[in-house]
Amino acid sequence: MTNKIKNYVTSLFLWELLKGLRLTGKYLFKRKITVQYPEEKTPQSHRFRGLHALRRYPNGEERCIACKLCEAVCPAVAITIESEVRADGSRRTTKYDIDLTKCIFCGFCEESCPVDSIVETRIFEYHGEKRGDLLMTKPRLLEIGDLVEKQLAEDREKDALYR
Amino acid sequence: MIEQIVFYLFGGILLLSASMVVVMRNPIHSALFLVLSFFASAAIWLLLQAEFLAITLVLVYVGAVMVLFLFVVMMLDINLVTVREGFARFLPVGITVAVFMIAAMGLVVSSDYFISDTYMPIKSIGLDYSNTKELGLTLYTQYLYQFEIAGAILLVAIVAAISLSMSKSKVNKSISPEQQVIVKKIDRLRVVKMKAEPNIKSREI
Amino acid sequence: MLEIVYQFISQNVLLPITTFFLPVDYQAQALTVLQTVIKIFSILVPVLITVAYFTYAERKVIGFIQGRIGPNRVGFFGFSLWGLGQPIADAVKLIVKEIIVPTGSNRALFIIAPILSLAPSLAAWAVIPFDDTKVLANINAGLLYVLALTSLAVYGVIIAGWASNSKYAFLGAMRSAAQIVAYEISMGFALVGVLVAAGSLNLGDIVNSQVGSVFHWFWLPLFPLFIIYFISGLAETNRAPFDVAEGESEIVAGFHVEYGGMAFSVFFMAEYANMILIAVLSAIMFCGGWLSPFQGVPGLEELFNWVPPMFWLLAKTSFFMFLFLWFRATFPRYRYDQIMRLGWKVFIPITIVWLVVVSALVVTNIPPWFN
Repeated sequence: MTNKIKNYVTSLFLWELLKGLRLTGKYLFKRKITVQYPEEKTPQSHRFRGLHALRRYPNGEERCIACKLCEAVCPAVAITIESEVRADGSRRTTKYDIDLTKCIFCGFCEESCPVDSIVETRIFEYHGEKRGDLLMTKPRLLEIGDLVEKQLAEDREKDALYR
Repeated sequence: MIEQIVFYLFGGILLLSASMVVVMRNPIHSALFLVLSFFASAAIWLLLQAEFLAITLVLVYVGAVMVLFLFVVMMLDINLVTVREGFARFLPVGITVAVFMIAAMGLVVSSDYFISDTYMPIKSIGLDYSNTKELGLTLYTQYLYQFEIAGAILLVAIVAAISLSMSKSKVNKSISPEQQVIVKKIDRLRVVKMKAEPNIKSREI
Repeated sequence: MLEIVYQFISQNVLLPITTFFLPVDYQAQALTVLQTVIKIFSILVPVLITVAYFTYAERKVIGFIQGRIGPNRVGFFGFSLWGLGQPIADAVKLIVKEIIVPTGSNRALFIIAPILSLAPSLAAWAVIPFDDTKVLANINAGLLYVLALTSLAVYGVIIAGWASNSKYAFLGAMRSAAQIVAYEISMGFALVGVLVAAGSLNLGDIVNSQVGSVFHWFWLPLFPLFIIYFISGLAETNRAPFDVAEGESEIVAGFHVEYGGMAFSVFFMAEYANMILIAVLSAIMFCGGWLSPFQGVPGLEELFNWVPPMFWLLAKTSFFMFLFLWFRATFPRYRYDQIMRLGWKVFIPITIVWLVVVSALVVTNIPPWFN
C-alpha cells in the first residue's frame, strides 16, 4: 500500500524524469572525447590491417613466389594470381590483382604468405575516383611496398616475437 | 471598399469550395474543400467583427472535427464505383428533395426577415469591446438553462460512446501501461545467493 | 532602437513611395499596408534565422550531452567559428536538391502539404507581444487565435502522409493526427486555466496581470498546468519523446519519408518554428513574458532597469527552447499506447481538477496573485 502511494507520488512529480535530466545535464559539461580527425589521430597498432603491399628482398628481387596460398585462403575471393617460369628458372607472378572493393581486410593473405611478400600496411586513407582505382595491380602493390618498406620491416620486427 | 473586395473574395471561395465538396470524386478532396469552406466562412464572420465565433469555428471544426473526419475517410477504403452506382436512378428523388429544401429555405429566408433595409452597415465598435465577453454574458445568464441542458446531453453522449467502446474489454488482451510503468526491478528479479560450484579439476572426469 | 529604425523606414522609404505612386485617396491605407508588411518581415526574418540556428543549437547541445562536440567545421571566409556556417550550408544543399514527387502520389496535395505545415506556425506570431507596445496585431481573442493556429499544424502532416501514397508516411500521419488531437485538448485546458487566472484572452493583458515579482507569474499558481502545457507542446510539435510520428526505428521517417530537398526542409522549418512558438508562448503565459525576473527585488530591480524588456522574453524563450533539446537528448521515445494514455487519462483529468482549483483561487481573491 505504501509502495503504491510512493509510486503514485514519484510518478506524479516526474521524479524519474528529473533524475534522467540531471544525468544528461551533468554530461553537458563533461569533457568531450571527439577526435578531430585530420588534425588528431588515434594511435595505430603495429598489426593494423590497411592497404595491401607486395614486398621485395633487400637486393630488389620481389618476394612473391606465386604459391597462390593467399588466393586460396582469401575468403572474399579478392585476389587473382597468374604465374609463369622466368628465364632464370624461378616461378614468378605475371599478374597479382587485389580487388579492394571485395577485400574485407581480414589479413589471411598476410598470415598465409610463406615469404612475407603480401602484407597489409598501415595506410587507410585512400580513395578511388574512377572505376578501377580500387583494383590494385602488381606494379601498384610493389610501388606501395617500396614506399613504406621501412615501416613494414619495423612492424614485422616488433611482431616477430609472437609469430 | 476593401471590405467589399474581401467579402466577395471569401464569399466566392466559400461558394466554390462548398460546391466542390459535393462535386469532387475523391472523398478526401471533398473533406479538404469542406475545410476550405469553413475557413472562408470564418473569414466572413471576421468581417462582421464576430472574431470569437470565427476563431472558434476554425479551432473546433477545422482543428478537431475535420481532422477526425479526414482520419476516418482516409482509413476507409471507399470503392468509388459502388458509390456512383445508381446515380441516375436516385436522381429524380434527389432533385425533388433539393427543390423542396430550396423552397423551404426560400420561405424562411424570405423578404419578411431579410429586407434590404435590415442590411445594416456594420457598426464600427470600439477596440475595448470584447465579443467574447458579451457572448459569455449572454450564454451564462439569459440562456443558462439551455446551455446546461446542452452540456448534460453532450456528457451523456460521451458516457454512451465510452461505454460502447469499453463493452468488449473482456476479450481485449492489450497491455495496461499503468501496470507496466509501476513495475520495479525488485518485483521481477530475485538475486539468489548460492555456494560456489566445486572446482572442476578436483573432480574425477 | 527598433522604434527608431522603424520610424526612419516608414518616414523616409514608405511615405515617399505611397505619395509618389498612388492617388491621394488611397495613400493612408496603402501606407498602413506597407507598414504592416515591414512589421511582418521584422518578425519573420528573425524567426526564420532562429529556426536555422536552432537546428545548429540542437546538434551542438545533443552532441555535448553525448560527449561529442557537434558540427564545428563549416564557417565563414575560411574561419571555422565553431561551425556557425553549418545551417547555411545545409540550407544551400537542400535548396539545390531535386524534389521528387513519387508516382501515384497526389501531386497538388503533395506540394501543398509542407506549406500548410509551415504557414500556421508563422502566422501565429502575429499576436505575440514582444513588449508592452511591440505587437503586430493586438487582438482581443489572441489566446484563441494562437490555439486555433496551433491546431491547424496537423493538416500539413495528415495531407503529407496521405498524398505521399506510401504506407510508412500514412502510418506516421495517422499517429500524428491522433496524438495532436489528444494533446490539443489538454493544451487547451491549460490555456483555459491561464485565461481564468488572467481574466483576458489578450496576450498582452495576460502578461500585464503577472506584474509583481517572479512569484506573481502564473507558473506558481498554475504549476501543474504549466508542466502539462509544456509537455503537450512537446507532443504537439512531434518532438522527442513524443516523436512516434516520425519514429525512425519503426516507420522510417513517418509522414515525410517521400519528401526531399526544399520540400523536406520546409517540414523541418515548420517543426522548429512550432517549437519556438511553444517556447515563446510558455514564456508569455506562465513566466511573465517581457517582465524582468528581478522585479520587486530591491536593489537588483534598479540595477537591471537598463535591460530592454524584450530581452527578458527572448531569454525565457531561449531557456524553453533549450529544454526541448535537453528532453530530446534525455528521454527515449514513448510507446504509442502510452502516449495516448498520458494524454487522455492523465493530463486531461489533472487539468480539469486544477481548473476548479484555479477558479476557487480567483473567486476567493487569494493573494498575491488574485487580489
